[in-house]
Amino acid sequence: MPSESLWESISSAGSPGGRLHGVRHVIPLAELAQATSLGGRLEELREKSVLLLAKDQLTAALALIELDGVARRMVLCPPDLAPEHVPKVTQDADADACVIDETSETSELRIPVRVTAGPALTRRGSSRQRSRDTEWVLLTSGTTGAPKLVLHTFASLTSALTGTACAAALPLVWSTFYDIRRYGGLQVFLRGLHAGSLVLSDPSEAVSDFLFRAGAAGVTHISGTPSHWRRALMSGAAAGIAPGYVRLSGEIADQSILDSLQAAYPAATVAHAFASTEAGVAFEVRDGQAGFPAALVGGSGAVELRVSEETLQIRSAGTALRYLGHGAEPLRAEDGFVDTGDRVEERAGRYYFMGRRGGVINVGGLKVHPEEVEAVINTHPWVRMSLVRARRNPITGAVVTAEVVVNDASAGCGKPPPDEVLTRELTDRCRRSLAPHKVPAMIRIVPVLEVSPSGKLVRPLA
Amino acid sequence: MSVKSTITAQFQQVAREQDRMLAPLSDELKLVQSGLDSLSFAIIVARLEDSLGIDPFNATEAVEFPVTFGDFVRLYERFAK
Repeated sequence: MPSESLWESISSAGSPGGRLHGVRHVIPLAELAQATSLGGRLEELREKSVLLLAKDQLTAALALIELDGVARRMVLCPPDLAPEHVPKVTQDADADACVIDETSETSELRIPVRVTAGPALTRRGSSRQRSRDTEWVLLTSGTTGAPKLVLHTFASLTSALTGTACAAALPLVWSTFYDIRRYGGLQVFLRGLHAGSLVLSDPSEAVSDFLFRAGAAGVTHISGTPSHWRRALMSGAAAGIAPGYVRLSGEIADQSILDSLQAAYPAATVAHAFASTEAGVAFEVRDGQAGFPAALVGGSGAVELRVSEETLQIRSAGTALRYLGHGAEPLRAEDGFVDTGDRVEERAGRYYFMGRRGGVINVGGLKVHPEEVEAVINTHPWVRMSLVRARRNPITGAVVTAEVVVNDASAGCGKPPPDEVLTRELTDRCRRSLAPHKVPAMIRIVPVLEVSPSGKLVRPLA
Repeated sequence: MSVKSTITAQFQQVAREQDRMLAPLSDELKLVQSGLDSLSFAIIVARLEDSLGIDPFNATEAVEFPVTFGDFVRLYERFAK
């Protein structure tokens, strides 16, 4: 069990010198020692199960710091949580209090204790007393649309922090495209607080503006999904930051996005990490290559990996404890391993991610992993991103189709070829390196592909 | 372009793409002897749905799967009306 709360942990090395950068406010962390963002109502939340429903990320960040060690449980609701899911989340979390801000949607809210918070700090009368280990609850999207509640502790969330990031020369300035109420963003939030400063993203802000703001704050470490990064590279503002460390997680990092990022940031370490809300952080790969060394599997270190039925399973101190809610399914197997649902395949001493179990396209009985085809398409210099999906077909059950976003002009070599030329080149490229049934029957050039609030390509259910 | 010429062009293009030796297209040609495999037909049907806006195999009324090239063309002509 942790002997300290988040605030005690980040201030244990002395008074924190870092800052929390929101889109409109910058908060020096040291001010939090004597101040509150909860309007002086922290004691009303003691021992409560608290839904954090504030939409504003900085408001939520400040509330997390104050509440850890005081509340019984904190439920980190992402800003896109649909109002119709709030009653179920309330019930599953046994919530009896909430923190909202002026933009919170409260129509479905049946919780009597509501504390309104904001990024403006007020002086606190008495000092904050820690009374317990607080449970941290994250939401993941369930297959039926209603979110699942994943129970973590401060100890499980920080188990991966002991390594690389904190050992580097301090102070660092971390940033992330993720919202900090998602696992990937929360990891960066905790790293940033412990290592220096943190620049928060904002959904109302253009990618280019965010990059310039992060650059102005001197960002040294920055993380996002491959889709986040493709959007950043398309924004024309990638040069707005000059980080020493670029991290990808949350989706498969294919070779072309790794190479593109290394080219955009030649001085940076480009690392891709595997983590999930349930399984925690499993590993980080820093050799610039897609996939991960097979030697990571089967070891007995702090994080244990095994491959069962082509699917990656993980056991570590960073895995979540359980799902919350009546009748919730088990999160771990009896031996403590968490099934990630991510399929891997070993080739020449390295494992490659093959997509989600169940995301497979079946063409006349032959399997196609969309990500495998996307990786080939994405190697074309004029392609920024692509989405491969199944199209129902009376002959083979399904055929593979692709939608492609062109990397217009930002490649710095003139205008992109006409659509029909590009699609022919892409088809040829796929045919050279893929089995015939994996080659898209149709390729469409589209202006954009939808990226979900969690920063991942939206994959329509086949 | 007529339905038949659209279909003919699509057969030829997919055969080229799939490295298939396409038999001369006559109305009597049995599809199984056309030189195309099921993946080729799957691609042809998907592309014809895009170019002609019809997928006779997905129509509400039951259709007989065509046996000859002539059957195949007539099926599309019927739904194109």
